[in-house]
Amino acid sequence: MTEAVLEIKDVNLAFKGKRTVLDVLSNRPSRDVHALNGVSLDLRRGETLGVVGESGCGKSTLARCIVRLYEPNDGEILFQGKDVFEASERKDRSYNRRVQMMFQDPYSSLNPRMTTRQILSEALKVHDMCKEVDIPEKMSGLMDLVQLPEDALDKYPHEFSGGQRQRIGIARALAVEPEVLIADELVSALDVSVQAQIVNLLLDLQERLQLTILFVAHDLRLVRHVSNRVAVIYLGRIVEIGDSETLFANPSHPYSQALLSAAPSLDPDDKGKKIHLEGELPSPLDIPPGCPFHVRCRHKTPKCTTELPRLRPLDGRGSVACHHAEEIENV
Amino acid sequence: MTLKSVHSPILQVEDLCTTFGSGIATIPAVRDVSFSVNKGEILGLVGESGSGKSVTLRSLLGLSRRYGETTGSVYWKGDNLVVRSEADMRRIRGGEIAMIFQEPMTSLNPLLTVGMQIDETLKAHTAMNASERKARAVEMLDLVGIPAARSRLGEYPHQFSGGMRQRVMIAIALAARPQLLLADEPTTALDVTIQAQILDLILSLAKDFDMGVVLVTHDLGVVAQTCDQVAVMYAGRIVEQGAVRQVLRAPQHPYTVGLMRSVPENVPPRTPLYSIPGTPPSLLSLPEGCAFSARCPQKTVLCEQSRPHLTNETGERAVACFSRVETQGDAVA
Ligand SMILES: Nc1ncnc2c1ncn2[C@@H]1O[C@H](COP(=O)(O)OP(=O)(O)OP(=O)(O)O)[C@@H](O)[C@H]1O
Ligand SMILES: Nc1ncnc2c1ncn2[C@@H]1O[C@H](COP(=O)(O)OP(=O)(O)O)[C@@H](O)[C@H]1O
Ligand code: SF4
Ligand code: SF4
Ligand SMILES: [Mg+2]
Ligand SMILES: [Mg+2]
Repeated sequence: MTEAVLEIKDVNLAFKGKRTVLDVLSNRPSRDVHALNGVSLDLRRGETLGVVGESGCGKSTLARCIVRLYEPNDGEILFQGKDVFEASERKDRSYNRRVQMMFQDPYSSLNPRMTTRQILSEALKVHDMCKEVDIPEKMSGLMDLVQLPEDALDKYPHEFSGGQRQRIGIARALAVEPEVLIADELVSALDVSVQAQIVNLLLDLQERLQLTILFVAHDLRLVRHVSNRVAVIYLGRIVEIGDSETLFANPSHPYSQALLSAAPSLDPDDKGKKIHLEGELPSPLDIPPGCPFHVRCRHKTPKCTTELPRLRPLDGRGSVACHHAEEIENV
Repeated sequence: MTLKSVHSPILQVEDLCTTFGSGIATIPAVRDVSFSVNKGEILGLVGESGSGKSVTLRSLLGLSRRYGETTGSVYWKGDNLVVRSEADMRRIRGGEIAMIFQEPMTSLNPLLTVGMQIDETLKAHTAMNASERKARAVEMLDLVGIPAARSRLGEYPHQFSGGMRQRVMIAIALAARPQLLLADEPTTALDVTIQAQILDLILSLAKDFDMGVVLVTHDLGVVAQTCDQVAVMYAGRIVEQGAVRQVLRAPQHPYTVGLMRSVPENVPPRTPLYSIPGTPPSLLSLPEGCAFSARCPQKTVLCEQSRPHLTNETGERAVACFSRVETQGDAVA
């Protein structure tokens, strides 16, 4: 098996809730948002791992923990075997360089008063990537890599289209020669045709630079297309993880089945072939006991309301967190 | 067998144009748009961002007048709305014709409870008394799938989740039982699971109440699963129009073909995706010929000289292109 670059082990993260006056008066504890509840996964060298799940299930929180924007309350994240939150590792800035996050909205993450040239040279200087004299050459190489014309270097972010701004965001991330890219909804705001260009670029760069990619997106078709493996998250827990094609073709967890069948197919004859998911995602303030999916699950049994199913490997499929995965028909 | 022979259109749009700005900087946002919608029928309006979908929708209700000029005709039950006064339009908006806007939060009033907002619409557009209105409000929240509807009437928009807010908007829009619903990307910001619920709701209301719908989306999957007819817009014009099954199965305009091909469905995983080369032209400097010519793989010399009109040779499919793409059978695969 391929070596794991990042190991995420039983990570928990709760955002402290504010106590309202009423809470204080009635002596209620603060209401915490349980964003991640024991997430474990390996990111293997050179792979693309897709992450899907409904809004608010913890995808971005996980991405932000990996790049140390958030610190988990519990659990650890190992990069090449070392805990990245340990004091000695924290001082080591090379992790910030080797694991790069790319943002959903490059418009707000690119400084509007800096030209592309300034943005890139700042990134190169912060991490001491090359000698001052080599910067211009390095920059034209980067423009080449993300397929932007050289004159883009002297333009400001507002002078670009959405797709071009994404390319600049990618160029900035690549400037520091990272090993891992964390892409959170990288192409979600773009039209399909531009989306396709960025996805092609990403696949091409991955091959040329042997990048490892965590790809978070809510467009299931897109995740299926780019990923080698996929993790399905529900209320801050992985409910299923495995090979992308197997999982999309034959999802095993009832939640994965419902989620995947909700994606609208291009074939008009698929009308009505959906699994109905009753109700909404419960609030992460009050996660149901037992299997957190039981309030919406068509297959629940009494056991599901009391006992939390563990993520366990299934024959010929990935790992699934469901008590009844063996009995439930694939759809 | 076309639906048109059975139903007569309730909405008929002819040569709709909307222009913003003045002098040298006029923006031709919508040009010569024509379509009709029958009772109980859902028309999808698709295209890249900036292609004029939202402006078209707003122009139908006279909402583009404030910043621009709208010409052409919008026949609503035989009556041309383009020339009606703003006062007349206010009566029609939210009553016979309802609209759901692209941003839910901007169209809900944060200071009024959801119950009060439904009540206002009903007061303005129906003759119902207070208790009938209350009953209708509960019924509507119920219908859009908001649990414990009666007790949630007194809550404010911020107390609902994003998906629920969108459904509240739909409940308000549909409260006065409109005969036509104009919905601008009603599900774009939502999860696929909630999206599926809301599209099903719109679908069943169209069928149960014979409501016509114009649904703006940029997701061809949404069109496939929801719409009867589809119109594809490019640079302010409709470039292809027809029954959903036909257009999606065998698109004939090179732009529609390109859009279909860029969707990563039925493509081998991790292979390069098709992408339409280039970007849409600026509306401020449209080419003389076909607006798609700079990106079109089928282009000829003719395409740069003159503009193809939307022709309707077969009676079922209209295409604005000098050399329609002849795809037989399954263009999806
Ligand atoms: N800084 C924060 N403070 C408090 N709560 C937060 C914070 N960031 C996220 N949350 C909450 O944590 C949960 C997980 O949020 P997260 O942003 O990870 O979701 P997501 O899966 O990325 O959703 P989306 O698909 O909408 O981007 C949500 O309930 C969210 O409201
Ligand atoms: N109030 C306005 N003033 C000037 N231009 C506008 C205005 N509203 C929209 N436009 C322009 O009209 C074109 C079509 O916009 P729109 O209908 O919103 O596109 P979409 O198809 O994404 O909904 C765009 O070029 C847009 O910038
Ligand atoms: S454990 Fe039970 S409730 Fe949870 S997904 Fe499986 S069957 Fe459904
Ligand atoms: S008219 Fe010409 S340029 Fe325009 S879409 Fe048809 S072939 Fe392409
Ligand atoms: Mg997110
Ligand atoms: Mg729009």
